[in-house]
Amino acid sequence: MEVTTAPAKPQFSAAAQAEIKRIITRYPEDRKKSALLPVLHIAQAEFGGWVSPEVQDLVAETLDLKPIEVYEVSSFYTMFNLKPVGKHVLEICRTGPCMLRGSDELTENLERITGAKVGETSPDGMFTIKMVECLAACGFAPVVQVREKYYESLETPEAVDAMLNELRSMIHRPILPWEEQKNNA
Amino acid sequence: MGRKLLTEHINVEGIDTFEVYRKHGGYRSVEKALKTMTPDEVVEEVKKSGLRGRGGAGFPTGLKWSFLAKPEGVPRYLVCNADESEPGTFKDRQLMSKLPHLLIEGMITGSYALGARTSYIYIRGELLYVLRILEKAIAEAYAAGFLGENILGSGYSLDLHVHPGGGAYICGEETALLESLEGKRGNPRNKPPFPAVQGLYARPTVVNNVESIAAVPVIVNEGGEEYAKIGIGKSTGTKLISACGHLNKPGIYEIELGVPVEEFIYSDEYCGGIWKGRELKAVVAGGSSVPILPTELILKTAAGEPRLMTYESLSDGGFVTGTMLGSGGFIAMDETTCIVRNTWNFSRFYHHESCGQCSPCREGTGWLEKVLHRLEHGHGAMHDIDLLVSVAKQIEGNTICPLGEAAAWPVAAAVRHFRDEFEWHVKHPQEATRAGAVYPGKAVLA
Repeated sequence: MEVTTAPAKPQFSAAAQAEIKRIITRYPEDRKKSALLPVLHIAQAEFGGWVSPEVQDLVAETLDLKPIEVYEVSSFYTMFNLKPVGKHVLEICRTGPCMLRGSDELTENLERITGAKVGETSPDGMFTIKMVECLAACGFAPVVQVREKYYESLETPEAVDAMLNELRSMIHRPILPWEEQKNNA
Repeated sequence: MGRKLLTEHINVEGIDTFEVYRKHGGYRSVEKALKTMTPDEVVEEVKKSGLRGRGGAGFPTGLKWSFLAKPEGVPRYLVCNADESEPGTFKDRQLMSKLPHLLIEGMITGSYALGARTSYIYIRGELLYVLRILEKAIAEAYAAGFLGENILGSGYSLDLHVHPGGGAYICGEETALLESLEGKRGNPRNKPPFPAVQGLYARPTVVNNVESIAAVPVIVNEGGEEYAKIGIGKSTGTKLISACGHLNKPGIYEIELGVPVEEFIYSDEYCGGIWKGRELKAVVAGGSSVPILPTELILKTAAGEPRLMTYESLSDGGFVTGTMLGSGGFIAMDETTCIVRNTWNFSRFYHHESCGQCSPCREGTGWLEKVLHRLEHGHGAMHDIDLLVSVAKQIEGNTICPLGEAAAWPVAAAVRHFRDEFEWHVKHPQEATRAGAVYPGKAVLA
């Protein structure tokens, strides 16, 4: 019989734990659940850009919630990826104002260049293409969001190339403010 | 050139820091309110200003504040709605990222007026980078003694926090926002009770848009009556307009309410006309939820009066020949725009964003998207056009929150004003679905 070891239970880093502790104090003592969305964002940043069931269970445990309270929330909000993703998720805005300024063409170009179709990850694991609704940047359309950064006015091949080159050269995701604070301490 | 009450200093270098913001007159309203005014006096000034909710509904802010229940010994909250997601609208993002201290100042003065001791800014999750900017600015305000215990020795204390959403348009609806802030799915609540009585954590709560709160400092500094002198009639003060679509100069413009629509679109002070030397075909003037108008009705009312950028003028003619100022998301479409495709795109948005609680919205938005998809892709029938109107009517008024109306209105208006273009899609399916095809217009068709 083949022996398989259960995957190691995910753990938050010390910096993340400190940040979560700080976040919880923002809400009344009996309202820890309020910290759920901010903590899910931290979890997604910590664990490779998506929240696995194990990671969601960890979030539940951290906030004294039942796992279902996390699942029903993570599945309602579109920002949480419930399946593994590539190194960079290209979130292309497809709503009216971006469509008027060429988001359909942009999507076709990004599919062609990366080799990933919408909803898929490129063969090299570098890019996942995800269509999203209005990103509130309509005056700078078309727009792609990657993590916390907006790439705007992607109307020319040069602008698209510049974005992709920047992302390809990025080995690690950018350090988040609460991670910096920990390093300074 | 109109007055800039909110964005006068937006391009000053370093205005996102406490020091520079303060040098340019920042936080004066906090000093004035806490040292020389009672909370009720602040509410009174906001009432006098005639300020109307800038998120889209246009409800008078001072009146909303005066509805807040104030039972003894029960905490109450001011929550800023920074869940900017209405397609066409991107003013709050700019305001918060460039002038974070303006919003913070408004939150402090507003919280004092309402007697809130803890306040939250609920910002859409996609704007995490703006959340970082706000948190940095909040830390500066604490360090300078404008937040925390006993602000400026007044005895008034306030904590202010920023809370990210997770990606859901519906959380811009105030009760869905409160659910979300409590760590739940963003399902709008049945009303009553209204948030003014039972809001966040079932406590009395006021929810205001970013731009509304950002107007509070200038109202307190200059007085409500002074503020009300700007604008026309019940449209007082300035408004941030998010101009986008096929314009030469898309961007954020702070206008004095009352600027003619024609001037706003064509003058170089504002949008500089339509791109590529083309003609204007249609405008969605107040975010994707409001009725679309063809050029002749957006520039002039049905009575032939010039249309102005005010709540009243834009809604002149009701939904038959008018529209709404809404959130000020101004989407211009040139002569090559396919109205059917655009309407389908917006319907897909509302279908995607329906929370699914109410059947008329959950099912109706799906039907609107499906029928529009087949019309746009050459599989529609003539009766589909009336079916759209019928579905829209059945959604309207039958849902807990206004997302139902937001989905129904744009479809009904598109059919009302551009029926011939829908019919052309049915009669000429191959031509209509050809890449780059443009509806030839009534004259050619006749």
